[in-house]
Amino acid sequence: MNTVATPEINVKSERRIGNSIRSRMQDVLPKIVLAPSFAVTVIFVYGFIVWTAYLSFTNSKTFPSYVLTGPRAYQRLWRWTFETDPPSSWYTSITNMGIFGLLYVGICLALGLFLAILLDQKIRGEGLLRPIYLYPMALSFIVTGVAWKWFLDPGLGLEQTLHQWGWTSFHFDWIKNKDFVIYTVVIAGVWQASGFVMAMFLAGLRGIDGEIIKAAQIDGATTWQLYRRIVIPMLRPVFLSAFIVLAHMAIKSYDLVVALTSGGPGGSAWLPSNFMYEYTFKRNEMAVGSASAIIMLMTISAIIVPYLYSELREKAR
Amino acid sequence: MRKFLGTAAVAAVMMAGTAAYAADVKEVQMLHWWTSGGEAAALNVLKEDLSKEGFAWKDVPVAGGGGDAAMTALKAMVAAGTYPTASQMLGYTVLDYAQAGVMGDLTETAKAEGWDKSVPAALQKFSVYDGKWVAAPVNVHSVNWLWINKAVMEKIGGTEPKTFDDLLALLEKAKAAGVIPLALGGQNWQEATMFDSIVLSTGGPEFYKKAFNDLDEESLKSDTMKKSFDNLAKIKEYVDPNFSGRDWNLATAMVIKGDALVQVMGDWAKGEFVAAKKTPDTDFLCYRFPGTDGSVIYNSDMFGMFDVPDDRKAAQVALATATLSKSFQSAFNVVKGSVPARTDVPDTDFDACGKKGIADLKAANEGGTLFGSLAQGYGAPPAVANAYKDVVSKFVHGQIKTSDQAVEELVKAIDDAK
Repeated sequence: MNTVATPEINVKSERRIGNSIRSRMQDVLPKIVLAPSFAVTVIFVYGFIVWTAYLSFTNSKTFPSYVLTGPRAYQRLWRWTFETDPPSSWYTSITNMGIFGLLYVGICLALGLFLAILLDQKIRGEGLLRPIYLYPMALSFIVTGVAWKWFLDPGLGLEQTLHQWGWTSFHFDWIKNKDFVIYTVVIAGVWQASGFVMAMFLAGLRGIDGEIIKAAQIDGATTWQLYRRIVIPMLRPVFLSAFIVLAHMAIKSYDLVVALTSGGPGGSAWLPSNFMYEYTFKRNEMAVGSASAIIMLMTISAIIVPYLYSELREKAR
Repeated sequence: MRKFLGTAAVAAVMMAGTAAYAADVKEVQMLHWWTSGGEAAALNVLKEDLSKEGFAWKDVPVAGGGGDAAMTALKAMVAAGTYPTASQMLGYTVLDYAQAGVMGDLTETAKAEGWDKSVPAALQKFSVYDGKWVAAPVNVHSVNWLWINKAVMEKIGGTEPKTFDDLLALLEKAKAAGVIPLALGGQNWQEATMFDSIVLSTGGPEFYKKAFNDLDEESLKSDTMKKSFDNLAKIKEYVDPNFSGRDWNLATAMVIKGDALVQVMGDWAKGEFVAAKKTPDTDFLCYRFPGTDGSVIYNSDMFGMFDVPDDRKAAQVALATATLSKSFQSAFNVVKGSVPARTDVPDTDFDACGKKGIADLKAANEGGTLFGSLAQGYGAPPAVANAYKDVVSKFVHGQIKTSDQAVEELVKAIDDAK
């Protein structure tokens, strides 16, 4: 534009000013529009992460305190990590996290994929079946927790009903048993999330090019081979998304434990999130609570970041 | 014209401003977790008393029996600098907030109303901080009670247990008759509440005070404490297998319906009996936990008073005065099941258990046998109280297997939390 000579110098300069404002606005406008949400995120997510990290090194009790006292809270957590007889609350929390995390993510992925493959067989009534499986996701964890609490209660739910029907030797009291209560949390969690995972896989399956499958069938691949060698490997990105969604849901499931077990017998159903809440807000040991929150954050980053990194790098290549 | 509009707008804004202002000043903002039917009805008495004096009542209610959610909400409000006029609080929480310097000063009102003389000294430890009145106690609950279904008691031919062994014998009788002997909710605070009574019964008043109020280490790891845990193990044998995680009011309901013989619980359980239209001595019996007659393990609901601006002070003073008035104390506590927080309230409107509670409180106050409940946040700060609840609960549910180990864990946990 400015290479074109114009005889009327006035007009040119005016137009240039107009243009430059316009182009500058085009540059700036997205930034202006994004700035508030950016600032909010920076302050309320990253800012508070930093604040929590700071608090974990202070002597905060009921209220935040800014007197640094070194890594005392971490030392206590470290010590509690190895207290197994009787198990310290922190030991219980992290072992439960291991059990719950592995089973919840594993079973949800397996069951979700299985259901998706079954639904993908062009069966009749799929439009009805799909929402039925997906529906539990629409419930909050609190509702799921309370419903399953009643269902699993030996004096109220499944066991009582089967006794009334005449099967009096039936026995299922996991929810009241300190060694098994965490598995009832897995059951309720899987019930809620596997339909959602199924929907993700179903979308992935529908996205696979039919030509490839036809080609494989012409080559004589059995259905098992077809799925194992072609379909499932092609679902890799879906596995990634499902894993990330499930992993963070596992880490943050607090309400499910509270609603389903109210902490379990003697606190045996605690997850680190329960530990964090209890210590920060109920026991007035804010420093210890903050330290446990930071450890949770570091744990999830240790799992997710390398996974994301490798996946994204592969995509870039 | 334009100028006129401008002036009008300014005036409108100012009027709106003053209107909102006036409403705020004439309003009592109250954070509490009394949301159940009986409790809400009892609070209505206070609301009406205040409205007679021209103050509006604004609830900041947060549901949830134990008040954990409410305390979290309150913490956020205080951190943001928006103090409610008052908040329901328990024991050491009042002192925590007073220490943080956010509580108001009601000393003048207290002097004028003579609270110093009528409120038991043990309670004043929590409502007076640094010589200033910061909270108005609403009631006194006592924890060491047995609640017994009378029909079941007659069916099995039981009599009032006078010693711990009597109690075990009575529970054994119920078991033989095919009734659930002991209704217990397997949540850590309920187990610890029962253990409070067991310790007082096993070790006596001096021991309870030393161990659970002074946190004396010698007492905590003594043989008496071990014996208390042994007694807990014995009494636990009489609980139905389905007790874990049960709410306290469901356990009370078991006794009301006659499915279970007895519950060891604070006198808020009486509120449930009353709400179910049951009367003491005809439908149910209230005994002190055997071996604890003459002593009272208490907790108390208090209205903590915040440091509100001067123009909201009048409403706060009115609230405090109304709370400690004899008429409200009587009316409220009849419904709630507890006893008045001042010892000079007549017991005419109370039922048999209430009358006994009032007499016991008076005697314990004079005899120096009124002790703060460790399970209920009146024995020690929350960190210690929760460490204690942890140990008791782990013992009841089998993570801690022997009383030796329990004592060791208790000392360690309390030491850690101090």
